Amino acid sequence: MKPEANVREGLWIKCEACKEILYHKEVTNNALVCPRCDHHFRMTAAQRLELLFDEGQYKTLFRPIRSVDPLGFVDTKAYPDRLKAYTRRVGPGDALIVGQGNIEGEPAIIAAMEYAFMGGSMGSVVGEKMARAIERCLARKLPLISVACSGGARMQEGVLSLMQMAKISAGLARMREKGLPYISVLTDPTTGGVTASFAMLGDINIAEPGALIGFAGPRVIEQTIRQKLPEGFQRSEFLLEHGMLDMVVHRRDLKAAIARCLTYFR
Amino acid sequence: MAQPVSSFLEPIGELQQRIRELEKEQTSAETAQALEAARRELRETIDRIFAHLTPWQTCQLARHPERPYTLDYIHGMMTEFTELHGDRRFADDPAIVAGFALFDGDPIAVIGHQKGRSTAEKVRRNFAMPRPEGYRKALRIMKMAARFSLPIVTFIDTPGAYPGIDAEERGQAEAIATNLLEMARLPVPIVCVITGEGGSGGALALGVGDRILMLEHAIYSVISPEGCAAILWKDQSRAEQAAEALRLTARDLKHLGIVDEVLEEPAGGAQMDPPAMAATLADALRHHFKQLRRLKTEALISKRYKKFRTMGKYLER
Repeated sequence: MKPEANVREGLWIKCEACKEILYHKEVTNNALVCPRCDHHFRMTAAQRLELLFDEGQYKTLFRPIRSVDPLGFVDTKAYPDRLKAYTRRVGPGDALIVGQGNIEGEPAIIAAMEYAFMGGSMGSVVGEKMARAIERCLARKLPLISVACSGGARMQEGVLSLMQMAKISAGLARMREKGLPYISVLTDPTTGGVTASFAMLGDINIAEPGALIGFAGPRVIEQTIRQKLPEGFQRSEFLLEHGMLDMVVHRRDLKAAIARCLTYFR
Repeated sequence: MAQPVSSFLEPIGELQQRIRELEKEQTSAETAQALEAARRELRETIDRIFAHLTPWQTCQLARHPERPYTLDYIHGMMTEFTELHGDRRFADDPAIVAGFALFDGDPIAVIGHQKGRSTAEKVRRNFAMPRPEGYRKALRIMKMAARFSLPIVTFIDTPGAYPGIDAEERGQAEAIATNLLEMARLPVPIVCVITGEGGSGGALALGVGDRILMLEHAIYSVISPEGCAAILWKDQSRAEQAAEALRLTARDLKHLGIVDEVLEEPAGGAQMDPPAMAATLADALRHHFKQLRRLKTEALISKRYKKFRTMGKYLER
């Protein structure tokens, strides 16, 4: 398992939390968790699916769906150029990879967000893949697990991105009606439109320790209220305390926790 | 008290002022002539300015301090309004008003963001930036409407959901998400109207319905132009550029298939003639509710699902 963005490849890496210099293999063999301080390094979507599916085996779904530039959006760079650059660097999956496989022997669909692709931002492709994942769960009576890791809606697709929140939530409403379980896993970071739609709508909401989770980002809140935010604000443990999560689970126990929850709803 | 107005509207304000003064003067052939000339000039000035509105100017109109707000529309087109308060969980949020009224004599649930006029009221209503209890109150009223088979209209006009510590603690994201999920399945007709600022998730949380209508000079966006400029250009003063890039005008959103109908505003914008605006809006509501009433509940809900299901643009190869 290769660590993503914030862990440099090489023999040694530095933990961004405890600043300890760690042997690379020691971290990768520990599901990208710092063996000294338990800091959870960010994972790629592919690593996440490998971690959660039996033997790391799964079938990737809805692969051919690609982003377009519906607004002709140009900021400091044209959106199509950004897309090309990210596709080259990260892969063709945009900010969401959907896989079907088994979790402790039971079939399930997992939709994992890819933060390295434009900050895991949700545009039409993320919305479409989520909607199709939900529809496949409905058609095949499968449970759905989402793993959120996102800064929110993708500005470059304007209000179309915003509408993905409604589109996905409408699908989840149908899963509820049909009695199909949906587990939401929230990882660092989960903010904005992703939190304010599917990430908060799990029958069960599970977060990894220390993850930043919120609607507004901490910088926006600081600017609004013009004061420093309290320590631990908008972290997993804070949300658990305020009743927004069912549990905070260490990565090494995550798969077992999901599998156990699914057994209740089979 | 005079309110600050964006500079591009100043010539209109000056002419209005001149007309008001002339109207006060004693009637003579001379003042009548001057009055007529001033009125003609006003019409021409409005036409000239509004012929080429930029998206940024549209933002200024959408946020115009004299623009009609939810309560103005309710009182302008409905009777017997009873405002209901509180989410039954934590508090009442004055940033959202909700209740029941009669529309053409029939009961209807009405919910909307509410901005303030005076400074004190602006503060009390938190500039129409709701906290979770606002969204939960809205949902409570909507579920009640469903129980009594009453149609729902929502008026959307907010800079966004409030980004504050207390709002986060009480689950701002959860409140918005739950509204999206629940509104998708409510078994009664829902018409959503973006009357001013459609600010991101804070707007969408009242914006899932069978029809999405938008006033001509309203805006609807995933992020404010200022916020977008700060993030993408790292410079808030690029808001004008961001406003163009975001495609947030009614015409753009009609083109993108998000909005069903754009409602024409009185010359110079809704604030120039609120009763006329309310009348236009009332006609549109009549038209759409009439269509929606004909649908069986199942068809209504499945059409609503399909409406949002098909939003988004992508390529499949």
